[in-house]
Amino acid sequence: MVKRSWTQNRDAKAAKMESIASILDGKFVDTKNAKELFEEVIKPGDKVVLEGDNQKQASFLSKTLASVNPERVHDLHMIMSSVSRPEHLDIFETGIAKKLDFSFAGPQSTRISQMIADGTVEVGDIHTYLELYARLYVDLIPNVVLVAADKVDHDGNLYTGANTEETPVIVESAAFKDGIVIVQANEIVDKVPRVDIPGGWVDVVVPADEPYQLEPLFTRDPQNVTELQILMGMMAIRGIYEKHNVQSVNHGVGFNTAAIELLLPTYGEQLGLKGKIVPNWEVNPTPTLIPAIESGWVQTIHSFGGEVGMENYIAHRPDIFFVGKDGTMRSNRAFGQMAGQYALDMFVGSTLQIDQFGNSSTVTNGRLSGFGGAPNMGSNPTGRRHSTPAWQSLRPDNDPLGKGQKLVVQMVETFGSNKKPVFVDHLDAEEVRGEAKLANVPIMIYSEDTTHIVTEEGIAYLYKTDSMAERKAAIEAIAGVTPVGLRSNAKELADLRAKGIVALPEDLGVHRSEAKRSLLAAQNMDDLVKWSDGLYNPPAKFRSWS
Amino acid sequence: MEKLHFNFDTKDAISKPVHVGVVASGDLEVIFRPTDKQTEVNIVTGSDGFKEVWSNVLKRFFDRYPIQANIEINDFGSTPGVVNLRLTQALEELHDEK
Repeated sequence: MVKRSWTQNRDAKAAKMESIASILDGKFVDTKNAKELFEEVIKPGDKVVLEGDNQKQASFLSKTLASVNPERVHDLHMIMSSVSRPEHLDIFETGIAKKLDFSFAGPQSTRISQMIADGTVEVGDIHTYLELYARLYVDLIPNVVLVAADKVDHDGNLYTGANTEETPVIVESAAFKDGIVIVQANEIVDKVPRVDIPGGWVDVVVPADEPYQLEPLFTRDPQNVTELQILMGMMAIRGIYEKHNVQSVNHGVGFNTAAIELLLPTYGEQLGLKGKIVPNWEVNPTPTLIPAIESGWVQTIHSFGGEVGMENYIAHRPDIFFVGKDGTMRSNRAFGQMAGQYALDMFVGSTLQIDQFGNSSTVTNGRLSGFGGAPNMGSNPTGRRHSTPAWQSLRPDNDPLGKGQKLVVQMVETFGSNKKPVFVDHLDAEEVRGEAKLANVPIMIYSEDTTHIVTEEGIAYLYKTDSMAERKAAIEAIAGVTPVGLRSNAKELADLRAKGIVALPEDLGVHRSEAKRSLLAAQNMDDLVKWSDGLYNPPAKFRSWS
Repeated sequence: MEKLHFNFDTKDAISKPVHVGVVASGDLEVIFRPTDKQTEVNIVTGSDGFKEVWSNVLKRFFDRYPIQANIEINDFGSTPGVVNLRLTQALEELHDEK
């Protein structure tokens, strides 16, 4: 019997590293040799993680990958949190890559949908961030990972700073399983401000030709918050935050939640809720939170990623944010998603479509946008065992073995800005499932997990319904004049209000006439800068000339 | 631009004229005037082809709040949600004055 070698992967890695010895200086490879590096160490069919989420992109390495000779490097199995840049899909057209496992495809959602239909991209599956990271340790263990760092020292120690995001979880999956860790660096320095990832985990560093791409994804200009969003925000604060005594929360990226953030120091204060609700947040450092932080509403914020322009403000507020000794924030997308799934009282988000049963999706005709992290936050983790007052407030009282539930709130206007109904009988996602040959309909948040829906008409307390018929009636009652909403009648509405399953603004003591922009703690970006004592530095595209 | 006209048989008389909103992008102005004739709604809207949606919004409104009034609406592309907000805000102003 031939004795097998138990170090085949380690030996293969050593051989690959040997093959690049001529272009390697310590851990460093010249920028101009990046293509040669890739052609030597990436083998046909390899599983390759290319870093890129909805904010930070390893853009130099993705451009390099798109430039390799497809005769040498082909049929790769790409694993990407976010398909964001054109070359992320170009590599499938040239044959460099074949299969794709991913989470989110916002900016490329139309093209990816077409390429899947054409058979140019073979999709493994669409994931949430957290489950994609999880699979890096089980059945998608990578051969090569391509990540981005701000600063690297001569030993290969990485400083990833405020935008650490998903770099650690990706690097760890390769570093301890004989994968090759390749890092693009904005800057090579003698000493990094702090070590976010130890040099021992890193194989190759390439100085990038320009800094990695970084998007200010969570910045919302208060100027664009509408009175309808303010009305919905007032209803949510009274009818959900106050009612359920919510202490910890994640807000989605939209203007609906930006409105709530800007209403806490004004409307929330008037209601006497300061110090009583939402001290603890899992959320990116969104600038619209500055007034709530400055006026003492917010005690702690942990973040998935950074936000361009917030660096200096955060450095001066270490009591609130997670900040290193060097003074910059440390984010961590994997831990953030874990916290968002297990440790929060409530998720509040928005969507493009909600069906008659209460399922929601951002996948609309011809656009396969994926999920990102919303389903982690926007689901009830059945593995949760600890109780909080808000979680416990949803416990059914007729079940001796009952337990609480996470509040999962969808906030939508009944019609989108394109005047298309948000409430529909059937999600476009059902059709997209067929076109993209997916195993399941790409639903972002399932009806069973959705506990509340807020529209400009009112709030549906779905967790109180005891049948699908009642759930549908509750949704109809707040769906306005959409085809779904038109099925509701005055008697049904009265019954649902009497049972406390539906609340209109007047039931919550919310005056529609007070829903004015003057109620916002900040009217525009300038106001946010003022609130921050000049510490917030808005990105150029958010600056006005006035 | 489109002009729309609707009538309703609603009988709760209003006491005073009210004016809410402005004609701005995505917004509208709503003017309620007391009348002893049939309730009448005259709309000038910048977005053509939404007559059925207007009809649904107004029917829903008068179902819940059967006021008798002459109503003028000048719209610049608001969503049904914004239309309903302005109508109900105008109604709140009427009640506040009582």
